[in-house]
Amino acid sequence: MAQVALGLVNGAFYAMLSLGLAVIFGMLNVINFTHGAQFMMGAFAAWLLLGLLDVPFWASLVLAPLIVGLFGVIIERLLLKRIYHLDHLYGFLLTFGMALIIEGLFQWKWGSSGAPYPAPITGATDLGFMVMPNYRLFVVVAALVVCLATWYGIERTRLGAYLRAATENPTLVRAFGINVPRLITLTYGLGVALAALAGVLAAPIQQVSALMGTNLVLVVFAVVVIGGMGSIMGSIVTGFGLGLIEGLTKVYYPPASNTVIFVVMALVLLVKPAGLFGQAK
Amino acid sequence: MNGNGQRIIAAFVAVLALAAPWVVYPVFLMTALCFALFACAFNLLLGYAGLMSFGHAMFFGMAGYFFGYVVKTLDLAPELGLLAGVLGAAGLGLVTGALAIRRQGIYFAMITLAFAQMVYFFCVQAPFTGGEDGLQGIVRKPLLGGLIPTENDRVLYYVVLAIFLFGFGAIYRFIHSPFGQVLKAIRDNEQRAVSLGYEADRYKLLAFVLSAALAGLAGATKAMVLQFATLTDVSAATSGEVVLMALVGGLGTITGPVVGAFIIVTMQNYLAGAGEFVLVIQGAIFVVIVMAFRKGLVGELTDWWRRRSVPRAGPAE
Repeated sequence: MAQVALGLVNGAFYAMLSLGLAVIFGMLNVINFTHGAQFMMGAFAAWLLLGLLDVPFWASLVLAPLIVGLFGVIIERLLLKRIYHLDHLYGFLLTFGMALIIEGLFQWKWGSSGAPYPAPITGATDLGFMVMPNYRLFVVVAALVVCLATWYGIERTRLGAYLRAATENPTLVRAFGINVPRLITLTYGLGVALAALAGVLAAPIQQVSALMGTNLVLVVFAVVVIGGMGSIMGSIVTGFGLGLIEGLTKVYYPPASNTVIFVVMALVLLVKPAGLFGQAK
Repeated sequence: MNGNGQRIIAAFVAVLALAAPWVVYPVFLMTALCFALFACAFNLLLGYAGLMSFGHAMFFGMAGYFFGYVVKTLDLAPELGLLAGVLGAAGLGLVTGALAIRRQGIYFAMITLAFAQMVYFFCVQAPFTGGEDGLQGIVRKPLLGGLIPTENDRVLYYVVLAIFLFGFGAIYRFIHSPFGQVLKAIRDNEQRAVSLGYEADRYKLLAFVLSAALAGLAGATKAMVLQFATLTDVSAATSGEVVLMALVGGLGTITGPVVGAFIIVTMQNYLAGAGEFVLVIQGAIFVVIVMAFRKGLVGELTDWWRRRSVPRAGPAE
């Protein structure tokens, strides 16, 4: 049962990361390969804030995504905005290159072995069917809240409506007097901040290390292929669902736990190539 | 570039290739040739079929394991090892390709990447790959039933050169055949090609399998040269490296990937002591090329040459 709980926690990260990827892809038409590196930067930001300035976890939860999000905004302004007119491929390659640079620099400065981050909540709660560490419970709930808030923000608010409209037809939305380039920059910042927030939440669970996002981003790509990037809710459900499946695999057939998500991806491609929640384009 | 100039360059390269092992360390040259073939195989898919595979290391690395398994564990001839590498990679390409071509564009890249990661995890756990240690000490056995001894690096170099030329020639034939023309048509406008009666998916799958098989040939040859097969060759980092090689040289140019492979392998050779900085430099090259030199070295040079020679020759065509 503990494995299932762990699966749910992993699912929380998958959901937040694939949500960020989907939001960015919808607006920028770029698959953000830097997502894993930005997740790592979030964790590092929290770790450095604690180590150098004694900033507590709860403040980092807000500060780290802001810092990393700002970094994302700078990258968007400097590099990404110049390649929107090109094939998707180039955005993929550009962000892949940036991920190499960022991870290489962090590895060079802090090495690749991890540093621990003390858990801000201790103890465990008996949920009746299983005992779950309080912090992990908090992560699952926090991720759910963040995901639903993002969904609400995009699907139910005025800003979200602008965003969705600009995704559909940027030229027309611009003609209505809305600053679309700024909206794009903000979207990228938001997506990156989501990744960083996931990183902060992950810091007390995993070791904070330069390569903590490297493999994760590959799994999240599979999650995105399975869910399809068309729907916000789809990303959330797929993320949590796959985390659970992974957790269950750990219980019943441990050797396959690393690969089960990719197997699911292959099955989904066979049965419904557009993804569970995607529309064929 | 006119025919005469091309012939001179070709002759020059041929002399260079034949004389090289007496000047440069042969193992380095052989490694570079293996990566050059690997990059050409990748480029066949991206440059001519428009399919961006970000998981080509699975074919390259798995073929190395197949070679090692056949030659070391089963103790068979190296020719059979190469064959096993090529067929194994082609089989893997058939399965992953059939699934991956169900999605287009950037999804295709993500799917191949995910499959490669799955193969990587499989290799970590599978009994015949040696896990973290890899397959080490694959003895170099003589080729053609003892006719060609391969312990000598210079002799083996010419074998590797022949393998490379075979692969390169095969790719050249594919591209300039009717099959290659249809591929290009699909790349440029899939719907139109379909409406003309071509089954785009079958062409794409065939291109994918061919590319996988040639990447497998490169991987198996590399295992023969270096006498080991490791997890590095199936990792996502290697998949990224081959993309970088093709990109540096020039996507969709026939010689670009060869040039790119030599540049990147040379760079890694000199920066071997720099550790993490190799990653940083590779990343920086990605960024610079995507931002400023999307045609790659060979592409930009050809363009420059054309621009230079046009005024003298008058308006072309």
